[in-house]
Amino acid sequence: MVTLKKSLGSIVANLVTIFISLLVLIPMVVLLLNSFKTQGESNKMSLSLPKEWVFANYKTVIEQGKLVSSFFNSLLYATCSVLIIVIVVAAAAFVIARNRKGINNFIYYFILSGIAIPINNVALMKVLQALDLVNTRLGIILVYAAINIPLSLFLSYGFISTIPREIDEAAVIDGCGPIKLFVSIILPLLKPIISTLFVLNFMAVWNDFTMPLYYLNNSAKWPMTLAVYNFFGAFENSWNLVSADIILTLLPVLIIFILGQKYIVGGVAAGSVKG
Amino acid sequence: MDRKKLYPWYFTSGALLIFFLLCFLPGIIGILYSFTDWNNFTDKINFVGFKNYVEVLKGKPEYRAYLWNTVLFTTVTTIMKTVVGLALALLLTQKVIKLKNFHRMVIFSPQVMSYLVVGLVFKSMLHPDTGFVNNFLKSVGLDIFAMNWLTDLKIVFATVMSVDTWKGMGYIMVVIIAGLMSISPDYYEAANIDGANFWQKFRLITLPLLKPIIINATILNVTYGFRVFDMIYSLTNGGPGNATGVINTAVYKEFSKGNYAMGTTLSSILFFALLLLVYFIIKSMENKEVDA
Repeated sequence: MVTLKKSLGSIVANLVTIFISLLVLIPMVVLLLNSFKTQGESNKMSLSLPKEWVFANYKTVIEQGKLVSSFFNSLLYATCSVLIIVIVVAAAAFVIARNRKGINNFIYYFILSGIAIPINNVALMKVLQALDLVNTRLGIILVYAAINIPLSLFLSYGFISTIPREIDEAAVIDGCGPIKLFVSIILPLLKPIISTLFVLNFMAVWNDFTMPLYYLNNSAKWPMTLAVYNFFGAFENSWNLVSADIILTLLPVLIIFILGQKYIVGGVAAGSVKG
Repeated sequence: MDRKKLYPWYFTSGALLIFFLLCFLPGIIGILYSFTDWNNFTDKINFVGFKNYVEVLKGKPEYRAYLWNTVLFTTVTTIMKTVVGLALALLLTQKVIKLKNFHRMVIFSPQVMSYLVVGLVFKSMLHPDTGFVNNFLKSVGLDIFAMNWLTDLKIVFATVMSVDTWKGMGYIMVVIIAGLMSISPDYYEAANIDGANFWQKFRLITLPLLKPIIINATILNVTYGFRVFDMIYSLTNGGPGNATGVINTAVYKEFSKGNYAMGTTLSSILFFALLLLVYFIIKSMENKEVDA
């Protein structure tokens, strides 16, 4: 009797799990199927297989949706801004975590206030104009770096505090200066938090669409999200094409996610458990 | 050992410079403008004191609706994500579940998609005539549940919050799973010897030990909820009417109408609310460090 109850419980638990996974998967499967249908058939969304498989949808989307150039733009913006974030944040967090007195303490709270600061697009536009960065790739990369620095600093500060200071002392006795200490001793120890920062910020930048909406008016510089958004506006009645477009935008992120799953999930978890 | 020499302040200069120029400065300029009548129609900018703030709190009722919607959205999505995330985490750490890692990956995966794409996907899935959800409900004979998900005033906000939970629950789940893994099994063994049941173990061991993680997750959810924009913009654009309008969609609206001062006033209110919250975050973190 007890074993029956137990196995019944495990069947129910498995069914619930499968149901929830389906709840997440079905929208994506519907889109995938839709992306191979004709326009008429795709207007009624369903889980049925396409009557005829229209692979040409993808060709149309790649040609009309500017997907190749926007893909490389997204890649460029995400990679460069993340590199900047990782370098400046690691250095800053190291110094602040080790010596949180006087000016450093002020700098820490000053940058952390950025977690709450609203992005005021008109004011930011004025600053970018003054710096001659409007509508440039460098401008958008720096903006992404700036708005993601506060939270990244917060996360790395927590991590560096867990590295014992005795390591620094030993390095100093061996004759390390501050730069050598940081680059050759501390930086290698920061690998876990750097991969977390890399992944979290990469995703944030890759998925953002408001910044280019305001600061890039040249469609040759658009990232993928904005290209999709415009494509959606132009082809709102061709759900097959829109679906194909969305699938192609999702693909790179999902591939990165599946490959880097360990770091993403691990990073998310470590970041929050450590605080 | 001289700390100032070993940890020179200029290591912070890169972060400081970028942050100051492109995040802090525009933010402060924006807040200053909230005390003016800055708009797109005249070049003259006059100082008006707290007039804009009074307008939000006492003027047109739609402003108060935005504030109320933001608080409602934040509260409901935070509770839903935490409860669902916790339940999923408990479920997906049970030994009996097959393919645990696969399910975890699937449930987490919406997290890597942009809000814009999630919004577009659900806009199409929830379309009253052609969307998948209604078609499916009708095909299994549940016509009464087929609704105008995104246009019916009574349910649209609930729909938006559910979609947001759909996207965010996996994140909370992963965080809580990590927390569950870090709890030493000794506690549970001891509890088993004492004859504790599942509910007692959950209430007396799991929940107290997960507290710091749940607090962190809550803070993330709350700061996200206050600032929500992309999700609502792509699903309903604040509509129908103002039914799903929150502070940030209102900011966008005011900016595109050219009412810059009103827009910055609304985002400044958001800023002060969030600043208070962040203050409590840091305080609670520091208390925790002392405890440990």
